[in-house]
Amino acid sequence: MANRIPRVPVREQDPKVRATNFEEVCYGYDASEATLEASRCLHCKNPRCVAACPVGVKIPDFIAHVAAGDFAAAALKIAEDSSLPAICGRVCPQETQCEGSCILGVKGEPVAIGKLERFAADWNLENGGAEVEKAPANGHKVAIVGSGPAGLACACDLAKAGYDVTIFEALHRPGGVLEYGIPEFRLPKDKVVAAEIEDVRRLGVKIETNVVVGRTVTIDSLMDVEGFEAVFIGSGAGLPKFMGIPGENLNGVFSANEFLTRNNLMKAYREDYMTPIHAGKKVVVVGGGNVAMDAARTALRLGAETTIVYRRTETELPARREEVHHAKEEGVQFAMLTNPVEILGDEKGWVRAVRCIRMELGEPDESGRRSPVPVPGSEFEIETDTVIMSLGTSPNPLIAKTTAGLETTRRGCLVADEAGVTTRQGVFAGGDAVTGAATVILAMGAGRKAAAAIDAYITSSGK
Amino acid sequence: MLTPTICRMKVFAPRLASAAQPGQFLIVRADEHGERIPLTISDYNKEKGTVSIVTQQIGASTTQICAMEEGEAFADVVGPLGVPSEFTEMSPEALSAQRYIFIAGGVGTAPVYPQVKWLHERGVAVDVIIGAKNADLIIYKDEMEAVCDNLFICTDDGSAGFKGLVTAMLEKLVAEGRTYTQAVAIGPMIMMKFATLTARKLNLPIIVSLNTLMVDGTGMCGACRVSVAGKTRFACVEGPEFNGYDVDFDEAMRRQGMYKTEEIEAGHKCKIGRGK
Repeated sequence: MANRIPRVPVREQDPKVRATNFEEVCYGYDASEATLEASRCLHCKNPRCVAACPVGVKIPDFIAHVAAGDFAAAALKIAEDSSLPAICGRVCPQETQCEGSCILGVKGEPVAIGKLERFAADWNLENGGAEVEKAPANGHKVAIVGSGPAGLACACDLAKAGYDVTIFEALHRPGGVLEYGIPEFRLPKDKVVAAEIEDVRRLGVKIETNVVVGRTVTIDSLMDVEGFEAVFIGSGAGLPKFMGIPGENLNGVFSANEFLTRNNLMKAYREDYMTPIHAGKKVVVVGGGNVAMDAARTALRLGAETTIVYRRTETELPARREEVHHAKEEGVQFAMLTNPVEILGDEKGWVRAVRCIRMELGEPDESGRRSPVPVPGSEFEIETDTVIMSLGTSPNPLIAKTTAGLETTRRGCLVADEAGVTTRQGVFAGGDAVTGAATVILAMGAGRKAAAAIDAYITSSGK
Repeated sequence: MLTPTICRMKVFAPRLASAAQPGQFLIVRADEHGERIPLTISDYNKEKGTVSIVTQQIGASTTQICAMEEGEAFADVVGPLGVPSEFTEMSPEALSAQRYIFIAGGVGTAPVYPQVKWLHERGVAVDVIIGAKNADLIIYKDEMEAVCDNLFICTDDGSAGFKGLVTAMLEKLVAEGRTYTQAVAIGPMIMMKFATLTARKLNLPIIVSLNTLMVDGTGMCGACRVSVAGKTRFACVEGPEFNGYDVDFDEAMRRQGMYKTEEIEAGHKCKIGRGK
């Protein structure tokens, strides 16, 4: 029986060593490990893993190729549905998607689908795999705003269908959150992100960096002056939230976005870059998502004693299980059921401590999670030099504000249906700009759906 | 070079030049390893596709920018960023009723120029005060003279114009019977703070342009946050111009100095305490 083989463990950098460097934590499988792990797949007739994948990767099919040792075929099979497999293999929440629905997981451990995807994708990047099939050019121009996962996925599908696609990126490097948000130790920038974006370019997609849509150009000027027939907005959710508590503007209080952007996009951790960063000796990170884990593990690597403060319990932490596990292994402290009420400063206006209150879980709220309530009189102080606020992000209002007819929700998200159709003709949207902060793979799924909708829109307009 | 430590350069950036308006800024990165440095736009030529920027050498990155030679290129230039000056949205009737006084401090004179020029081209009355430490540090004097009604120079040491601070000059002008409906101050934070205090005393509305710390300049990092009328605002996307009366200048000055220690050490060994 195939499922008698236990899940093949993946090799990782020693926690003590990696806590002092920015090298990738997980080494991934080698060919023999991957082949063995792939042999565990039962090849279900109705694969639940495929249904659970937001982009519908044909998982049993690619795994069969891995098991047979045909890694190029495996990569091509994945490429039919995913343009960024080396990225997804690393950052997808597999435990709640493909692996979470794997039948092997009912009694034992699910197939390591993420690690297998990563293996096939890395093999392909290293061995310069086969060309992806592409329809002949159809002469239609589509503009894409934002080069994050949503925009890249949308661009790939459109380019494969023969469209002339240009992505406009506000920052100086493409990738969006893959570049500025997720740290090197989880997602290597040159080896993985830049390499997969290069594959997107190879499909004929043009990427223009340093163009802020809403300032440098507008949706209207792209459509009316530059001749784009449709626009996809995948501008993400880049606006950081703060708590609104006293002391948040003290020196030493940062958004996770600032802290991570300085370190990831601006490479503050490297001595050959000029970017300054402030971690200090003690860091408190507020929040419990993947971004909070990333900020905490980055601060730790910069030499700080780091504590994550979260108002619910560990069970409710929204971060991927693997990230929480890695953070703990590396020595990040977790203060659960704790919520900041004020940040205290010294006489020079720098952070000195965070005053927190203990919480307990009350009745479930509308999301089904038990909502935390403060325990009266339980305030206490945590001494710290730095506070990093990682409370989530919301979409940047710039595009909505500068585009007539583009409606937003009360939370600032663009109004769009399942297919990405917005309230403005010819303008489509998807990913965090529509849903608020979510995951790489959901954004890619939205990008793909919008690509199909754009294709249908342009085809039916009969131009 | 406009002075030994202030340089002006023209950058070819057609999309940026065609979108630029008074009050906006841009961000440059000198090379692949450089910081993103916000700089004010001191002029733009939509036909030629160029923008002018003025940089004062204060840290490692600005020194690197000032050392660039004609023909070299920045790794990155992005903009225009920020909200254009309020007057660009005003009706011609409303504008014609205005009498502006601009208070320009040091390198802040550069971003004042396109605003004054814009107003002057539309026939709006504009006076300008330029303040500098000494005569050698005055920039844009001739350019400014050509586009304003009256230009007043002040220096700390009296080596040119009036000896004293821009605030004293403003009080003097009003005492002499000149009337203004709107002041605009751009310069060092401390100058804008005192210009605001003086304007308040004179019952004159004042707008200031905040040169806060920034990373992306698009609203993503929040490094630029300032307290305006008790609310946290992002200078990069909601500013850089705000009503001076509402700005918490002391907080803004403190936040501006946040990376001072790191900056002094720049170009040095390890700045991050790794491996401690």
